[in-house]
Amino acid sequence: MVEKTKLLEMYQLMLQIRYFEEKVFELYGQNLVPGTIHLYAGQEAVAIGVCANLHPNDYITSTHRGHGHCIAKGADMGKVMAEILGKKTGYCKGKGGSMHIADFSKGMLGATAVVGAGIPIAAGAGLSIKLRGTDQVVACFFGEGASNQGTFHEGINMAAVWRLPVVFVCENNLYAMGTRQSIVMAIENIADRAAAYGIPGVSVDGNDVLAVYEAASEAVNQARKGEGPTLIECKTYRHKGHSRFDPATYRPKGEVEEWLKKDPILRFKSKLIEMGILTEQENEELSREAASAVEEAVKFAMESPFPQPEEALRDVYAEEESASQK
Amino acid sequence: MKETTVREALREALREEMKRDKTVFLLGEDIGRYWGGAFGVTKGLAEEFGDERVRDTPISESAIIGVGVGTAITGMRPVAEIMFGDLSALAMDQICNQAAKIRYMFGRQASVPLVIRTPFGAGVNIASHHSQSLEVWFMHTPGLYVAVPSTPYDAKGLLKTAIRGDNPVFFVEHKLLYPVKGMIPEEDYIVPFGVADVKREGSDVTIFATLYMVHKALAAAEKLSKEGVSAEVVDPRTLSPLDKQTIVKSVKKTGRMVVVSEDCKTAGVSAEIAAIVAEEALDYLDAQVRRVAEPDTPIPFSPSLEQFVIPDEKSIIKAVKETVR
Repeated sequence: MVEKTKLLEMYQLMLQIRYFEEKVFELYGQNLVPGTIHLYAGQEAVAIGVCANLHPNDYITSTHRGHGHCIAKGADMGKVMAEILGKKTGYCKGKGGSMHIADFSKGMLGATAVVGAGIPIAAGAGLSIKLRGTDQVVACFFGEGASNQGTFHEGINMAAVWRLPVVFVCENNLYAMGTRQSIVMAIENIADRAAAYGIPGVSVDGNDVLAVYEAASEAVNQARKGEGPTLIECKTYRHKGHSRFDPATYRPKGEVEEWLKKDPILRFKSKLIEMGILTEQENEELSREAASAVEEAVKFAMESPFPQPEEALRDVYAEEESASQK
Repeated sequence: MKETTVREALREALREEMKRDKTVFLLGEDIGRYWGGAFGVTKGLAEEFGDERVRDTPISESAIIGVGVGTAITGMRPVAEIMFGDLSALAMDQICNQAAKIRYMFGRQASVPLVIRTPFGAGVNIASHHSQSLEVWFMHTPGLYVAVPSTPYDAKGLLKTAIRGDNPVFFVEHKLLYPVKGMIPEEDYIVPFGVADVKREGSDVTIFATLYMVHKALAAAEKLSKEGVSAEVVDPRTLSPLDKQTIVKSVKKTGRMVVVSEDCKTAGVSAEIAAIVAEEALDYLDAQVRRVAEPDTPIPFSPSLEQFVIPDEKSIIKAVKETVR
């Protein structure tokens, strides 16, 4: 059984992600967020359930919907928020934005906005671990839409045949942009695809953080022992539309309401109370703490300067002097 | 000094760098024990370094590069082989969106020391999917370096620089160059990126050429010298970074420019070089710039068709004569 303090930490991080995403949505509404946003609200149990099994030097790869992955892997919320606002103090100095946050110091190898592109990169990080002989593992996050990309097939096959320490985590939130899974796939469970690569595949309730945790625990242990990859499908739901422009009218009436009832944070809260680990009063306290940590992150980001325009010309090549010859 | 081929020079660079640095490893289709690569460049290396470091992969170009990227950002120095350059199209996202952009878009948190070796070029009757010259795609991609060696000396020295550097490098080999011989030093050496080599000095016209075209340009220059035309042959050795200075300096000296490149003419390597000369040395030109490049077609199969589209010695001589008359 997971320790009490660990469970509360997980709960606290889920709250942080939720408040963080609500704040991003709010700031977007105030025209303070350039470009677009893809919110993780509703999927918190996946990032937290998986990352709670990882060591600080383990790796993750992420997607365009990646804020939650960053926070789950221990990234600084202030620097994440600053990046989303395009500030100089952001993780990528304002060069990446919401869809490209990375924190290499925490093993967060970056978010790619090309659907499915992170899958072979995660396999590569796994091969690197194998060649260097360390006991790290990689968790690779992607959506059900990405499982239709060729990179899914190529990357998982390679990880499987070389028994690489990678846990492939498919966050099935039912929609690839506005396209419902049933319109583009003849199968219901993405986990079924694991059989094609000779690796274990499991489908879990992605809104139950403990179910995700248990599945990830087994997969991570197997990977760490050198027994190869697993495909975990987490059935979940995003509370908002695909991106900032999306009112998500393609969702049938009542569907959102049904999923809101299955909100991973509410469910975890009830579970913790039922287990006698959390009281309503403690919950309020934790919520206040999470909200205030997010407020601090926002303050840091808002007060940070934008990068100097000339910064756009830097960091293209490792040796800037060679680059200037171009 | 010793005589060797481009193929052997490349293999020596790989072997020496693998010995020098245990993070260097190779991956690609059929590069291991049986074939040693479709063109035999990696022959013998699996026996010497083992199957873990000379890794046969599935036919999955996108994942070969993607896996290369993943290893490169976590402490390794992968050298990936794409069996034929045309097949790099299968891995374009990983090359151009991932490898090339990771350093920049993540604000310099990571380097991508990945080398992608692949053969381009026509002339061996293997038609449209195995013969094209597409180096300009990668020259057009910020974040990548592009090496284009023409001799065993340059091939070995540039490959070592590519492996030791911290940038992703698209390393072009030309199929017809593998057996080409030349002298290389016995001892360790490198050829720096962004430094062109004047392969033949001359005073009447500058001929810019890369890869196999360097040899055609040199043959043309030799013939032209017998007709009293002194041609200078400039080989950039890397298209990115590009040694503009040497090119412009040569044009300022000769006052005439013929740009030879095996890729298609429209928006090709030759277009960029001609534009640079127009921007930086127009006043020094005594004649219009001439370009000798492939017509805008896929590479055809039949030998008579294929030879018709590949720039040859005759077309170079003709272009030079148009500028010096």
